[in-house]
Amino acid sequence: MNDPARPERDRPWVFRTYSGHSSAEASNTLYRSNLAKGQTGLSVAFDLPTQTGYDSDHPLARGEVGKVGVPIGHIDDMEVLFREIPLDQMNTSMTINATAAWLLALYVATAERQGVTADQLRGTTQNDLIKEYLSRGTYVFPPEPSMRLISDMVAHSVTAIPKWNPVNICSYHLQEAGATPVQEIAYAMANAIAVLDAVKARDDVSDEVLPEVFARISFFLNAGIRFVEEICKGRAMTELWDELGRDRYGVTDPKQRRFRYGVQVNSLGLTEAQPENNVIRIVLEALGVTFSKKARCRALQLPAWNEALGLPRPWDQQWSLRIQQILAYETDLLEYPDLLDGSHVVEAKVEELKKAAQEELERVLAMGGAVAAVENAYMKQRLVESHTARLRAIESGELPIVGVNTYTETEPSPLVGDDDSSILKVDAAAEREQIERLNAFRAKRNDADVKAALQGLHDALSNGENVMPPSVRAAHAGVTGGEWADTLRELFGEYRAPTGVVARESQVADEATQQVRKRVRALGEKLGRPLKILVGKPGLDGHSNGAEQIAVKARDVGMEVVYDGIRLTPAEIVQSARDEGVHVIGLSILSGSHLVLVLDVLAGLKNEGIDVPVIVGGIIPEEDAESLREAGIQRVYTPKDFNLTRIMDEVVDVVEASAGVG
Amino acid sequence: MSSRRARALADLGERLLARERAAVAPALNLVDDRRPEARKEAAALLAALEEKTLLGGARRIGLTGAPGAGKSTLLGALVQRFRSRDQTVGVIAVDPSSQRTGGALLGDRMRVRSGSADPGVFIRSLAARDQLGGLAEAARASVTIVAAAFDVVLVETVGVGQSEGEVADLVDTLVYVAQPGAGDLLQFMKAGILELPDVVAVNKADLGPMAERTANELMAGAGMGERTTEWVPPVVLVSAQEGTGLDELEAALESHLESLGPNGLQERRRRGRDAGVRVSLERRYGSHGLAAWGGHAKLEARLAEAQDHSGFALAEALGQEIESALRGGGSDL
Ligand code: B12
Ligand SMILES: Nc1nc2c(ncn2[C@@H]2O[C@H](COP(=O)(O)OP(=O)(O)OP(=O)(O)O)[C@@H](O)[C@H]2O)c(=O)[nH]1
Ligand SMILES: [Mg+2]
Repeated sequence: MNDPARPERDRPWVFRTYSGHSSAEASNTLYRSNLAKGQTGLSVAFDLPTQTGYDSDHPLARGEVGKVGVPIGHIDDMEVLFREIPLDQMNTSMTINATAAWLLALYVATAERQGVTADQLRGTTQNDLIKEYLSRGTYVFPPEPSMRLISDMVAHSVTAIPKWNPVNICSYHLQEAGATPVQEIAYAMANAIAVLDAVKARDDVSDEVLPEVFARISFFLNAGIRFVEEICKGRAMTELWDELGRDRYGVTDPKQRRFRYGVQVNSLGLTEAQPENNVIRIVLEALGVTFSKKARCRALQLPAWNEALGLPRPWDQQWSLRIQQILAYETDLLEYPDLLDGSHVVEAKVEELKKAAQEELERVLAMGGAVAAVENAYMKQRLVESHTARLRAIESGELPIVGVNTYTETEPSPLVGDDDSSILKVDAAAEREQIERLNAFRAKRNDADVKAALQGLHDALSNGENVMPPSVRAAHAGVTGGEWADTLRELFGEYRAPTGVVARESQVADEATQQVRKRVRALGEKLGRPLKILVGKPGLDGHSNGAEQIAVKARDVGMEVVYDGIRLTPAEIVQSARDEGVHVIGLSILSGSHLVLVLDVLAGLKNEGIDVPVIVGGIIPEEDAESLREAGIQRVYTPKDFNLTRIMDEVVDVVEASAGVG
Repeated sequence: MSSRRARALADLGERLLARERAAVAPALNLVDDRRPEARKEAAALLAALEEKTLLGGARRIGLTGAPGAGKSTLLGALVQRFRSRDQTVGVIAVDPSSQRTGGALLGDRMRVRSGSADPGVFIRSLAARDQLGGLAEAARASVTIVAAAFDVVLVETVGVGQSEGEVADLVDTLVYVAQPGAGDLLQFMKAGILELPDVVAVNKADLGPMAERTANELMAGAGMGERTTEWVPPVVLVSAQEGTGLDELEAALESHLESLGPNGLQERRRRGRDAGVRVSLERRYGSHGLAAWGGHAKLEARLAEAQDHSGFALAEALGQEIESALRGGGSDL
């Protein structure tokens, strides 16, 4: 742009929208319309069965197919997803982790079908398992084989798919689980070190390639509403990464030490109450990661104003895309060199963050690094604690959230009707249709090829060979995601990560909490034993924050709490409720599959003759809440119910009423 | 107790002995109930059950060790093995960390994803309540219930000081789960780890040479603890996560059982029972109350007399005697 009135501008970051739903077909249409609107890269959201390696007809996939993302079961699905999107010209980010090698294999195979070779492919597989254990919850295998799969993908792509970012170290999800900026920085660095050390230890990665490996590691950050601090966080990480490359890995070329990162801005702070305010939050957060040129993100995706209500519709996502475009094209942001260089205030804050993060990083390294600190639950426990502190501050009003705990009076919002029409509703037929397509695909493939490909995968993995080549062969042969993942499950086993909720009780208890404690104790005496609650997470949903904080609060008011973490079947929950002799069951579901799963739990309880009241919390549209109450659910809670003490008080009401001891 | 209640209770006992899974949870709820009426019913149920199972019933195995040693993971792996041989398993997970508020978090119980609700596995967690010794009593009651209805009973508890001894009294074989690098021989000896366990499992063998070093330390010390029998606890290297060493661990469990022999096993059960009666009476009446009645010597004599009978029944009977002694009924009846 050489218009004299418009000075030379920097190239903007890549604009993305995290999207995908129902089917490959529907998502392909969505992607093409998004690109037509000026989006410059793709960010694929997969459904939970795809992310956790189950075919659409697996019992655990029930209610989840096509819900929160696109179901991709095999090469035909992948081909449809990118129909008329030339992969040699696209920059595609895939939020995929436990099954990352498989989805990358499908992507490579699809490109090959398009006549595009792997070395032309640009994009990212998230492929960060450490943060899955800590926050995101779509892990499958134990840490060790997971690290091996990651390092396989790094080693493979550094030569075979050189423009690909094989792993995206995520601190985004840590902030979404409550992390402070210092924790975000420290744990992301610890994570990157674990990956780099694993790659470095490989025989097939020579010391000469290591700097290139270092250069291929990219990050995925969060940006919260305290946007000045967030700017400083970006600068701090830029400096720390540079130092780490130089000092720990001997990377001499400064270009290879550049801190490259994408961003999704904070969603945890987006509210159900007065949801229009979220747009302002999103704008400020976007500014946080674009303002300082030195630490500007490479790619950005923004959530939508209705984040806490449910899935965004295309129009909601368009609004968020327009925020990026206005920031990049209308404002003068991209006309200046770094605006903060020379600011003593910023410098001091950056130093402060770096120092604190380095101390925390040293602590993690001293206990054996990120993997050890996952296994011994150190990092997870710190995150749960930080989140508890955050929620307590919201409850007390110390942390003001406009429209939630302050300035709550409001006109009715014209954006939200009373009929839940302001969110995307996934067609209920999507699951059935996807299963039909899967069966048709299975029927037409050559079974002998499939068998041979799976055997090849199995043999290669047990011989310590790289996971990628046999996975690409399996993709071409017509293997399904469930089959691929089952092969690995059999070899590697499965894992349950520590929940991070500990027996140790919180120090502070305000007046209201103490009041509830008294009620809990009194009720326990009437019941003959302490009030016992089961906090259950049915289905593939990995959103654990709510369940964790409910569990922590229930403990703090003196209840005995059974909480076994995410991804249990309704049948497992029913069995636990009986075996543990609980007085009340609290289910937490945010993935949108509450109707199916809650009704399954209720049916199971009835079947077994267990008469225990059930309450539900999560992202539950009012219409659905009504149906759940009709089905016998005692209470339904959503994000607007931020007062945990009050929730606990009501749990006591529910148990009192059901036990007839009020 | 109304006669209807009494019948329902007798019925519950029968159902447990007939291994009806649906009877287990209500029975556990009952023995956990602190209300006076429930206490009486619980005592009756437990006495009736234990009369039948004191010297028989399920194989009882305890897992103890430091926090995070991998007890739950190992427990999960063992459960899978028992299940693959069609044996049913009842698990009692004891959480001794006591809370001022009474609140407790009973989590991370099963670390191995099962994916199905297997009716052949039963898990009940048990939190520490306020009183000293209360947990041991509650655990004994719970173990008695599940031991009637399942083939194998597994008891998990964090090893903190005295609780290990309490678990040892509940089970036939106590496994100490050690972490690699958890300490040198001297530390193990100080912690009393070499005395109680019947089998030592050094877990996380997958972490490499450190695990072997720990196993060697422990092996060197294995026979050194003060023991009443010839048995030298075998030290087994396992990885609960990878499933290695589990054959060896099971073999060690087996050989411990064999080394006990039928008589040894009965002896051990009786000893456990005795400990339970002592704890229960001391907790209820204190040493003062016991002394007023006739003291420990008398207690030991009574225990020996009733050697094949339920400890719960005995504790009830002796409790009544002590109460009447305390009321002034004299110490020699
Ligand atoms: C944080 C967050 C995440 C974090 C989760 C971290 C974690 N470990 O929990 C991360 C970044 C990992 C994440 C990932 C995903 N997320 Co998300 N996430 C959110 C977000 C922003 C906040 C949820 C939250 O934690 N809130 C804080 C807690 C404390 O609140 P809460 O859970 O609502 O609980 C409160 C009440 O609901 C109630 N409650 C909840 N449970 C219970 C239980 C009981 C017993 C009781 C009494 C009360 C109760 O009490 C709590 C106190 O107020 C929401 C949107 C939003 N703003 O709500 C989206 C949201 C839930 N996510 C969504 C999606 C789609 C995903 C993904 C599936 C995307 C994808 N395709 O990959 C992934 C995958 C996650 C997975 N494995 O399942 C969607 C779900 C859409 C739907 N339901 O239709 C939402 C609504 C965003 C959106 N609009 O698209 N997410
Ligand atoms: N590497 C490795 N890690 C293991 C093994 N067994 C358990 N772990 C890990 O160690 C951590 C603790 O495991 P748990 O089974 O919960 O340990 P625990 O002894 O029951 O812990 P508490 O009940 O909290 O005292 C988890 O992260 C497990 O994944 C093993 O064999 N190898
Ligand atoms: Mg445990």
